[in-house]
Amino acid sequence: MSGLERSLWYLGSIAVTALLVGLWQFVADHGGIPPVFLPGPDKAWDALMSGLASGPIAKVTLATLRRMIYGWVLASLAGVALGALIGSSRQARDYLGPTLEMIRPVPVSAFMPIVIAFLGLSGDMVLVVIALGAIWPVLLATVHGVSAVEPRLVELSRMLKLGRLAMLWKIALPNAQPDILAGARLGLTVSLVLTVVGEMLTSQNGLGYYVLLEGRAFHSANLFAGVILLGAIGLVSNLALQAAEARLLRWSRR
Amino acid sequence: MKTLKGALFPVAVLLLWEIGMRASGIQSDSLAPPSQIAVAFYEALFDGTVLDRTAQTLFVVICGLGIGGGLALVFSVLMGLVPAFARLMQFSIEVLRPVPPVALIPVAMLIFGFGFPMEITLCAFACFWPVAIYGHAAIANIEPQLLDVSRVLRLSPVARVFKIVLPAALPRYFVGFRLSAAVSLIIAVTVEITINPLGVGFELMKASQSLHPDRMFAMLLWIGVIGGGLNWALLFAQRRLFGRAGLAAAR
Repeated sequence: MSGLERSLWYLGSIAVTALLVGLWQFVADHGGIPPVFLPGPDKAWDALMSGLASGPIAKVTLATLRRMIYGWVLASLAGVALGALIGSSRQARDYLGPTLEMIRPVPVSAFMPIVIAFLGLSGDMVLVVIALGAIWPVLLATVHGVSAVEPRLVELSRMLKLGRLAMLWKIALPNAQPDILAGARLGLTVSLVLTVVGEMLTSQNGLGYYVLLEGRAFHSANLFAGVILLGAIGLVSNLALQAAEARLLRWSRR
Repeated sequence: MKTLKGALFPVAVLLLWEIGMRASGIQSDSLAPPSQIAVAFYEALFDGTVLDRTAQTLFVVICGLGIGGGLALVFSVLMGLVPAFARLMQFSIEVLRPVPPVALIPVAMLIFGFGFPMEITLCAFACFWPVAIYGHAAIANIEPQLLDVSRVLRLSPVARVFKIVLPAALPRYFVGFRLSAAVSLIIAVTVEITINPLGVGFELMKASQSLHPDRMFAMLLWIGVIGGGLNWALLFAQRRLFGRAGLAAAR
């Protein structure tokens, strides 16, 4: 398929999405569903725009973004550091690996009530939970990437008499980069989810709490505006990391 | 030897935890020694709360998986067999898929209120994507000769789907369903902790808020057991049912 043909199909798929939004508008206007439950896209869009311009939406969005990014950065740094330590030593892998595997299938949100019991319903609690949850994908990916270095490279590092740190920094971590970036991307998704849930639970100022409140007050246009914004955050952050991945990993594709 | 090494760390942590709490004599609202947690778990298991709550959560997980995965199955077969449909849906999928299911909690609350339907709906939304994506890939990767055979045999479109396409794509579909089951459990527990008074997540939250650390850690442990058990059972089934084909599909 040529590039032109592909872009035409893509334009077509955008048109389909526009059609679906039109259908939503039609159902909202003529479907007999009370606007309390289903506002049309026009009303949701108006609510979004006026909320961003003068209302509280801009402020709560910034709070959510800040929380999500802080938590994610914290988790990614800690995940890479811990993962490199564990992955680069056979001893650490033998002793800690099974424990990590045991914790892995526990849904991260289940740790939330535990952290609440220690820290209370505070902003710190949300940050801790985000970091605790988003660390897993990065940590496990780093352990895997660092321990799965090409054996010949390991031999080479031995030949060159590299120390453990130099070996990590010069060979193992660059080798694990694709794994780490994929883990970080998953971690960002996790951190968005945990941010929203944490805000809902602790009534912290943020988009998660905002949509919950607006839903309870039956302000459905504001509610849908918030949901659209959360979807947009998920979409944009994922696209940004995909682009970063493609750029950083140019060397690995040929 | 290897399992021994692996067991050493958790056992050491538990021992230190127990000894530390007893020696210091701390009375805490957020931490309980492992022995008390074990007792609390035993009690909760035999007074029936754990089993009731587990049944509720598993019911939601399975319904969500059935509805979301079932819809995704139909959707992905359509995408696989009608390439034009797949290309036309591309943008909509790209826009809808990153919506975090938890962001839809207030919407589901608005429509259904508390209870099973809202939780099942959210699980179904989350379960849709892995099955749809893996299923689409599975059908795109079917040996073209198999489709030629179906053409030579002049199978009707329905017979083609049930006799050729689905059996050939089954191992990958299973991988999609396995991932969706894990997602379904995560969403169910999250919704229960956040808002819905049902299931193991709610029991965990209740224990935390009523300052029963022993019961709280017992429920966390139990949720881990459910997650691990579900994962193990599905991996086992995958290996049993598909053998090497299952392994190849997971790649």
